[in-house]
Amino acid sequence: MLIYILKRMLGMIPAMIAISILAFTVIQLPPGDYVSTYAAQLAQSGETVDSDMLNSLRDRYGLGENVVVQYFKWIGGVVQGDFGQSFEWNQPVTELVWGRMAMTALISFVTLIVMWSFSLPIGVYSAVRQYSAVDYIATAFAFLAMATPNFLLAILLLYVSTMWFGVSVGGLFSPEFVNAGFSLAKVWDFITHAWIPVFVLGTAGTASLIRIMRANLLDELHKPYVEAARSKGMPETRLILTYPVRVALNPFISTVGWVLPALISGELIVSTVLNLPTAGPLLLQALKSQDMYLAGAFILLNGGLVLIGTLISDILLAISDPRIRLS
Amino acid sequence: MSVDTQLPPSDDDLLDRQIDAGRMQAAGQWVLIWHKFRKHKLALVSLFVVGLIYLVALFAEFLAPADPGKFDPRYTFAPPQSIGLFADDRQGGQSFQPHVTGYKITLDVKSFRRVFVPDPDVIVPIGFFVQGQPYKMWGLFPSNLHFIGPLDQSQPFFLIGADRLGRDLLSRTIHGTRISMSIGLVGVGLSLLIGMTLGGISGYYGGMVDRAIQRVIEFIRSVPTIPLWLGLAAAMPKDWPPLQIYFAILIILSLIGWTEIARVVRGRFLSLRSDDFVIAARLDGVSEFRLIMRHMMPSLYSHIIAAITLAIPNMILAESSLSFLGLGLQPPIVSWGVLLQDTQNLRAITQAPWLFVPGICIVIAVLSLNFLGDGVRDAADPYAK
Amino acid sequence: MTEIQAPILKVRNLTVDFPIHKQVVHAVKDFSFELNRGETLCVVGESGSGKSVTARAILQLVAAPGEITNGQILLSTETGETDIVALGNRGEAIRKIRGRRIAMIFQEPMTSLSPVHTIGHQIIEAIRLHETISKEDARKRAAALLDRVRIPNPDAALDRYSFEFSGGMRQRAMIAMALSCNPEILIADEPTTALDVTTQAEILSLIRELQRDRGMAVLFITHDMGVVAQIADRVMVMFRGEKVEEAGVFDLFENPQQPYTRALLGSVLKLETPGPRPTRPVSEQPIAQIKDLSLHFPLNLGILGKPAAYLKAIDGVSFTINQGETVGVVGESGSGKTTLGRTLLRVYNPTAGQVNYWQGDGSEVDIANLSRRQMKSLYGEVRMIFQDPHSSLNPRMTIYQIISEPLRTNTDMSERQMLNRVEDLLTRVGLPADIGDRYPHAFSGGQRQRISIARAIAVRPRLIIADEPTSALDVSLRHQVLDLMRDLQSEFGLSYLFISHDISVIRYFCDRVVVMKNGKIVEIGDVAQICENPQHDYTKTLISAVPRPNPRLRADAPA
Repeated sequence: MLIYILKRMLGMIPAMIAISILAFTVIQLPPGDYVSTYAAQLAQSGETVDSDMLNSLRDRYGLGENVVVQYFKWIGGVVQGDFGQSFEWNQPVTELVWGRMAMTALISFVTLIVMWSFSLPIGVYSAVRQYSAVDYIATAFAFLAMATPNFLLAILLLYVSTMWFGVSVGGLFSPEFVNAGFSLAKVWDFITHAWIPVFVLGTAGTASLIRIMRANLLDELHKPYVEAARSKGMPETRLILTYPVRVALNPFISTVGWVLPALISGELIVSTVLNLPTAGPLLLQALKSQDMYLAGAFILLNGGLVLIGTLISDILLAISDPRIRLS
Repeated sequence: MSVDTQLPPSDDDLLDRQIDAGRMQAAGQWVLIWHKFRKHKLALVSLFVVGLIYLVALFAEFLAPADPGKFDPRYTFAPPQSIGLFADDRQGGQSFQPHVTGYKITLDVKSFRRVFVPDPDVIVPIGFFVQGQPYKMWGLFPSNLHFIGPLDQSQPFFLIGADRLGRDLLSRTIHGTRISMSIGLVGVGLSLLIGMTLGGISGYYGGMVDRAIQRVIEFIRSVPTIPLWLGLAAAMPKDWPPLQIYFAILIILSLIGWTEIARVVRGRFLSLRSDDFVIAARLDGVSEFRLIMRHMMPSLYSHIIAAITLAIPNMILAESSLSFLGLGLQPPIVSWGVLLQDTQNLRAITQAPWLFVPGICIVIAVLSLNFLGDGVRDAADPYAK
Repeated sequence: MTEIQAPILKVRNLTVDFPIHKQVVHAVKDFSFELNRGETLCVVGESGSGKSVTARAILQLVAAPGEITNGQILLSTETGETDIVALGNRGEAIRKIRGRRIAMIFQEPMTSLSPVHTIGHQIIEAIRLHETISKEDARKRAAALLDRVRIPNPDAALDRYSFEFSGGMRQRAMIAMALSCNPEILIADEPTTALDVTTQAEILSLIRELQRDRGMAVLFITHDMGVVAQIADRVMVMFRGEKVEEAGVFDLFENPQQPYTRALLGSVLKLETPGPRPTRPVSEQPIAQIKDLSLHFPLNLGILGKPAAYLKAIDGVSFTINQGETVGVVGESGSGKTTLGRTLLRVYNPTAGQVNYWQGDGSEVDIANLSRRQMKSLYGEVRMIFQDPHSSLNPRMTIYQIISEPLRTNTDMSERQMLNRVEDLLTRVGLPADIGDRYPHAFSGGQRQRISIARAIAVRPRLIIADEPTSALDVSLRHQVLDLMRDLQSEFGLSYLFISHDISVIRYFCDRVVVMKNGKIVEIGDVAQICENPQHDYTKTLISAVPRPNPRLRADAPA
């Protein structure tokens, strides 16, 4: 088991390197380099341009040298926790990203849990009572939810709450709690706000997870081991929960591999619409204004978040499935 | 091993017996697939809907009452008009005259908004196949014939309302259909090219090549797509002409969207490679090219059709998300996503909720493509037991 | 040996229906029988006879949309009789019978146990479902049960998963689970069909032994007359959902009453003796000589891609096939026999050794070292017939396209000539000539195998590698296909390499036999010598394990 986890972690290294190259490519894509853009911006705002400082910056990022050197200079900084400078905010990227990333991770994690706790029972029920009213409703919901882009859902929710309830539902905290320290009241305030993005983000994913659980379980329900257990005289509900659901859970756990990236993608859009203090809106803004070190840092960290999530799901899978654990 | 299982004779056996023996025995795979597909009623309806949507996309210029760019500040956020069939004629009686009701426009001084009230006294006569604004069909054939429109060009005609600049939302949505649906189709075509090539190589040769391509696919699938798409889209020079942006977005979407098709193709190839009938063909001395084209590909077509049908809605959703965020297609190109940008303004949608119409179009298109894809996928292998 | 006792189970007018496509298929029709205490009743029939459905109906396990529409299943109890049909398929009443009074074992030992629960968990659960007993005591009993079914190291085995065991061991565990509550009736649904013949013999004797010990009644479902002869006290023959004949095992085999039973036994017994030999004599001239052929697959690629171990699928195999001869290759699953057949045609590339082949023009080539281009000229001469007639014909091509494919690549016939040739070939293999435009799905297993044979003899065949060509067919079709192959042998002077796991088919069809185990040859000899007087220990076990369709041959037969 320990060897399995170690192997998995070793396997993450190439993926991490690939993501860093990808993030670096995005940084490199826009024409012109960061320092010239910065200088131009300074000049525009009428500030004096300190050429010594620009030169030291050029040196710091290896600008003018070949791409490989630039990459290693950048990644070397990243490893030490230095993601470069955001010219738009005029402060180190590090100071900007962590708080935002923590919020993104929190929202994604909460949504993931909510998605699972809804889709699992509904999917199971849908499969066991195939073609029942609940199954039809769940199926109809699932198809509709999968066809609705989540930004549309977010706006609809905004529209409905404004029109019918007269309240705006943006943000993650009420103004009075934004800068408050940790307290139970703040947690409660978070919950009253967070359900909206969690709802918007989780709907499509919940829908596809219901479909997946239903399909997995339908496959398992007619396997010989279910019949064998039934022939032992097991009560039906207990039988289904102990055997086929248990087996169908394994592919379900491994869905984290694609659910998490989809969540992070969705989070970007939803947070922008709902104006949440997460990584999404800042990343979008960074991309629009070509603040590339900031954008690169977010892309890198998003990738890292997915890798960590996948690792956790791999470990869960190994705990759940002896075939993986013992092979 | 001749063992009866508990299962009753399979559907196909019974099918064979039921249907006129001669006809089905000589029925190729497409006949059988169609037979199986037809039983999936929802998919059948969806096929019709999808067909309709693509027809709209094809004849957008003709179907749209107006040019999508035609604006009139007098009609900012003008609400939808309803169609009436009979109108008072000059003789004081009623006669058949299809029309829409005109507006009475007042200015709300407090909010500086125009307030539109339907004015039953003002009727705008409309007709089918009317002469309207000139256009070039598919950019080639000049015409001014419109499927529906006001008889008098200067009269307002907004069946589903107008946007902030007083442009006809219906015309814009119809033109958006062309862009959104074609992005889906062409993007999938591009994905298919990459997916088939890499998936085919991966599945046919196996070994190291396969492992390498699989790692790449796994990696791409683990990257959150939207940030990456945005990253690529953001790098596009802002001064590119709209058509160039359109193709750039296409390429960006399909660069990441090919993995699912590659996965399907590879999986089928891998299992086909060791199928007895493929080995049998190889032992007939068939050339490698013929083996792939004649013996393996026919088993793949239906699965590929299913995979691309299911990939189109993802492309449509991706394009609309990107455009919605302002990093995809840029005006004056209209796609459903571009149109939905207007909904980002909360004040605008409270005043003009019809701005959501392109969103409804997305839902309908994606829904029917998903049903259709599911139906094709379920029918794709009519020989499966 | 069987005392006549009151029946423990009476089935009266049982009917099970499957509604499909607005039609109703009667899987079991008006079926009645009685099962006595302590006896083994075999239900035998070919595929689709409804025997498995009957077995499941007794435990109310018929899967939807199937439904028991008529009849009674009366289980005798201390106070009288319980009608299982009336209990329905859910609820406590039927659950108290399942596992407790009537237990069942299934065909697929690979999938009948949960892959994610330990063996112990599943047995202990079965015990505790019906008895109030502590976990520790239940575990002790489970270990004792595993010991009883001769699973070595039972206590450790309780904590292992089914995928860590071989098929035979899994079936033993399944039996232990079925016996955990001392049921009065054991229903065994083809429990040995998925197992190798030597494992089958062990499981059969285990079931027989346990039945004696416990005085259980056993309802044994099988398609194999040999198994029937070995295990049954009484036999019921089923055909298309109805009982054809019911008799004591000796009566049935020695004096069958119904034509269907006679036909079934006839096809089985026909395969018990060597078949007629081809009219052309075997020449001394070899057509293929295999020398030290090996095929090793690398396993667990270690770091740096260096394999840590090899799977020796074929390991130094040498033998000769003479012109006009039929050489059988027999072995259990995993013996490498199928791999051997495919390696001879370079479907897999051998890692060492030679395959010397004498072509039609007299020249000698080493198939093992030919290039792809050179191989092409051989594909018309050396042909292959596959095991599964469903997967070996491309469902998307017509019969004409399938059979003409080798003509297209190996000859320069015109379309017209090919059309005529295909019609001739179809007639030759006993099919109508006008079926060229149909697709394989229109044909039954036996007909498809004939189409495969037509494809094999299309060009100018000299050596045919037949890989279990009859295994997927019902027993009544097997000798027909073999007879066709033999006729073709006489006509074209063919040589066969005939691969099979079934010694009776080998005896019927082959001149010489190669016995394989774990990729190696253990014995080569004339068919009569191998079958009657095997030398190697493994061959002896293999031959003696084959259930013979003659109840007089079994150990406990009355004089």
